[in-house]
Parts: sequence; structure tokens; C-alpha cells
Amino acid sequence: MIWVFGDYRNYFQNRVTLQLLAKARSLAEDSGALVCAVALGHGVDEYVREYIAHGADRVYVMDHPALAAYSAATFAALLAGLAKTHRPEIILVGATDFGRELAPRVARRLDTGLTADCVDLSINEDGLLKQTAPAFGGNLLAEIVTPRHRPQMATVRPGIFAELPHDDQRRGERVDAPPPDPMPADPATLVESVFAPRRDQRLEEARVVICGGRGMGSRARFRRLYELAGLLNGEVGATRPVVYAGWADHEALVGQAGRQIKPRLLFSFGISGAIQHTAAIHDAEFIIAVNKNPEAPMMKMADVAIVADAGQVSAALIKQLKERLRKHS
Amino acid sequence: MLKLIVCVKQVPRVSELPWDPKRGALRRDLADGMMDPAAKRALEAALRIKDARPARVTAICMGPPMAEATLREALALGADAGLLITDGRLAGADTLITTTVLAAAIRSRCPDFHLVLCGRQTSDSETAQVGPQLAEALEVAGVAYVEHLEILPDAESEGEAAPESGASQMDCGMDRDIGRIRVRRLCDGFLETLEMAPPAVITISDREYRPRHAPMAGLQTAFEKGVVETLDAAALGLPPDLSAAARSPTRILRVYSPAAEKRNVALRGSASKIVEALFQQYDDRIGGAAGRDIKPPEEE
Repeated sequence: MIWVFGDYRNYFQNRVTLQLLAKARSLAEDSGALVCAVALGHGVDEYVREYIAHGADRVYVMDHPALAAYSAATFAALLAGLAKTHRPEIILVGATDFGRELAPRVARRLDTGLTADCVDLSINEDGLLKQTAPAFGGNLLAEIVTPRHRPQMATVRPGIFAELPHDDQRRGERVDAPPPDPMPADPATLVESVFAPRRDQRLEEARVVICGGRGMGSRARFRRLYELAGLLNGEVGATRPVVYAGWADHEALVGQAGRQIKPRLLFSFGISGAIQHTAAIHDAEFIIAVNKNPEAPMMKMADVAIVADAGQVSAALIKQLKERLRKHS
Repeated sequence: MLKLIVCVKQVPRVSELPWDPKRGALRRDLADGMMDPAAKRALEAALRIKDARPARVTAICMGPPMAEATLREALALGADAGLLITDGRLAGADTLITTTVLAAAIRSRCPDFHLVLCGRQTSDSETAQVGPQLAEALEVAGVAYVEHLEILPDAESEGEAAPESGASQMDCGMDRDIGRIRVRRLCDGFLETLEMAPPAVITISDREYRPRHAPMAGLQTAFEKGVVETLDAAALGLPPDLSAAARSPTRILRVYSPAAEKRNVALRGSASKIVEALFQQYDDRIGGAAGRDIKPPEEE
């Protein structure tokens, strides 16, 4: 059995469960394993139907009023309990904030391994789940297996895999699991939960994005990218080292943990191309990268690779753009 | 007095280090270490509590002997004590083993803690697993991504401070009658407020708690006088045949550089020449995306 945790909160934006069900189907192709979703909550019938329509053979359901709100501690105890009873070979969890809090707890309870933020999953020749994930700052990919411990567990960010089309005709089985008595309590009590208005989407929607990395050299030089963005009606994005260095705000982070962008034109200045960053820019139509190192992964995925100092090229771009725009005014 | 523990990891100062296929590990020995930026925020959150009320902050670190420098830095910033868990047999530990070891150290040296603070995720591994797993290992409340943390005054929480559930009753049986812990966090777009009786484990978001700078004098004193206690696996009562690499459930098969190569155009030369060439070839594309005409005016 391959299990997918049913992360249904904020359903219309959060499709990761459906994406994982699709991936689980392809993983199960050779072994014929059952693909199962697990829905914990209260009043989750519509999600059970959705999961079946999107590829689940079976949905384990635990429906109880105490589960109306998400709780990492309670859900971890329940999911681990169900896994001990039914012994799935694999558990996949969407790497939403909640999933990234839940999965490690479940892995710990089951005394097994967990690979975070996988960018690919497959079954290898030994029948093990091969988990490919960014490693060591993200300039490398690691292939990881869990040889002896079960289940094999992985989290995957939203948007890595594609969901299957909704199929009303698909048949699946619903298995209701009895809620334990007493329900495992979360010592942290949820006092208030407000759906915060979505942060602004300017980076996600921008047609031109100017991304800067540590290769810009200094905060002052990085800040000049805002002038360039102004000239090109674009937005400025940043890598994690830049955010850590305090050159840009966390809101500007383009990466797995930040924004996923899909501009028509992406300028990439002084970025080496850690996987956490490149995974968020796959949908960029045309990439112009500037880096002193022609071997940097970012340069290899660019359409135009400029081997030069990012600060100097951005300054020259600003200067020449201004001249060209002045001639039109 | 509040007893706070901050988990700090030493990470390589650079993001790219060579992989040693023989040992199946990163050549960390080639890089200078620094305190993980996320751990620094967790330390800052603890120090802000200590700024406001009596508290003792213990920084705890698992790593090679050189990681002692990171604990010294924590002392310089204001931590009261440092605890280094270092043992060659712990090399290659995944998060399951790491949290087992950290929990053993906390139970052994600071069993009467009120709050453990961790960074959201380290800059070198970014798994964000240690905090939540440590809450499980210690069997206490746990909340990730905390943006705001406060200890409610004792009076306000009078009568509530007793442990509420089995999970709060630690084997240490120490007195924990401080106020409740209230945290605010952003989780998948939901702004949540949670409250819990101590003890608890929280991870601090990477948006808040901008770290302070260590005063030079503090740094000097920390290196000369600060006390860092060093423990090995045996001191924690871990099995003598422990090999973290062998006991970790996950196994790294292969590490490689992803080759997402495109057939692309390479431009070299001086910055101004490059930009001229770029405009010559791509002004349509650049101007089109920007919605601005950047073509040179037609020659008269």
C-alpha cells in the first residue's frame, strides 16, 4: 500500500494531495500496490470522493468532531496509529507548512526515516522508494532510500507533480477507522485561527522578474536591482542567502520555501542555482543569467548565459536601458 | 526562574562544499563554521525573554569539536551555558538519531526545562524536522513557525498551570509553575494563536526575531571565561556500539549535480559590450515582456 496524507485545508489552492495521488499511481504501476488516501477530520465526505476521483483505490477516513481543526500532535498520533495497524510500505505527505510539521512527528513515532522536499520519487531495482531531494544547500541532489525501516516516508512540495484529471467514474473503497477513545490530545491548545488575507501576488504574477543572489556582492549593489525592475515594469526576487544577509525581505524570497514564479522574462544576477531556488523558476519562459562561473547550475538552465560580474552587468543594463527609453520619450 | 534551551547547529559558512564519496559525507572540514542563521533567531527569541524576566538560557549543540566556537558565540550573545555533544560515532546521524541524542542530553542535563527553542530549518539541510521530532522525543507540546512568543503572567494563568494532559508530565517531575506559553504563528495562510503549559518545544520563524550583534567585549569574555560542557555518547547513556550512520533509517545512495542543461547562448566580454549584444539580439523579447519599447529609434 502507498498512503497519501489527505491535506484538504484550503482545498482549492492546495492541490498537493491530488498531485501525490497521481505520483503514487505511477509508483504502484509495477507492484500493483493499492493507492490509499487518509482523511482525518470532521465532515470530510467530499474529499473522500475527490481523492477517489483523482486516483485513490481506497480512502481511510477518521471522522470525529475533535478533528475539525488541524493539529499536528493529534493528527500525528492518529496517522501513526493507523500506519501501525495497516502497515503501508510508503507514506507521502505534501510539504505544506502543516505537512512539514506533521510528517517528522509521524516518522519519529514510527521510528522510520523521512526525506524532506523530494523533487522526484521512483521505485528502484530493489523495490525501494528512491527519494531524490536537494542536499547540502541545494547545489546537489541526493538519492536517498530507507532500506529496512517501514514505512518509507517523504514530503513533496506543491507543484512538483501533476494531478490526474478528475474522473467521476472511478471507483474506490471507503474504510472508516474508529476514532480512539480518548482522542489523543494536543497539549498546545488552538485559541484562535484567522485565515490571513493572502500576501500580495506581485512576484507570482509579474511578467518580468529580476532575481539577485549573493553574487551581487553587496546590499547596495543588490538594491540597484529595484531600479532595473522599475525600468522593466518588473519585480525583484531574492535567494535565501540574500534574505539571510538582510539585503532583501523574506517576502522577496523566490524558492521552494518562498514564491514560485512564472515570468515571461527572468533576469538572474549572481545566483548559483541551488535546487530550492531553481525548483521555483521552472516555469520562467526565458532566462538571462549573469554569473562569473559558467558552470553554475543557474547558467546551465539559462537561455542566455552571461559570464561576467553581475553587479557590473546590471549597472550597464540600467545605463543603456535609460538611454534607450530616453530616446523614445 | 525560566529555564530555556536553544538548539544551535554549526553550519558551513559557504553553500557549496565538495562531497566525499568515500565517507559518504560532506567535506565540512574544508569550510569555516558559523551559527545556523535560523538558530540565531531562536537564540534571539530566548534572549528577548531573558531581557524581560529572570531566565537561564542554555545553548545546546551536536556537532564536531569545532562546533564549540558556535556555542562560544551563543555565550557572547547572552546565553548562560553551553552544552556540546560531540562524538565521532554520531557523524552521519539523520534527524531521527539527532533528536534521540538531543532529547537524551536535555533529559540528562536540563530535565526541568520550560521551553526548547529551535530554528525553523537549518541553512545546510533545510529539513525542518528536528524541532517537531524533538517535541515527540521529549513527549511535550510542540509548535513550529512561531512568529511571536510570550510567557503569560503567572497571575493570569493561575490554576491553569498544572499539566493538563499526560503529555505534559515529564519524568523529571520538576516544578513548572510559570505562566502559560502563548505563541502566534503563520501556517498555510492561517494566523494561529496557540497556548500551552510548559514544557514545550517551538521552532522560530525566519521572518521575526532579527538577531542582535555580539558585543566585542562579550565575545572576548565568552572565549576566555564562558563554560562549555562537553558530552559524548557514553555520558548520555547511549549504547557503546552506537553508530549513528548505521542506525539512521535513511541511506544516501548517490549525490550528484543536477544537469538541467539547455543549449544556450553564452555572452562574454566587458559589461557594456555584453549589454549592447543582449539588446541587439533580444530587445524584442525584453521589451515585449516589459511592455515597453526599448528598440533604438529608426535610423533617419
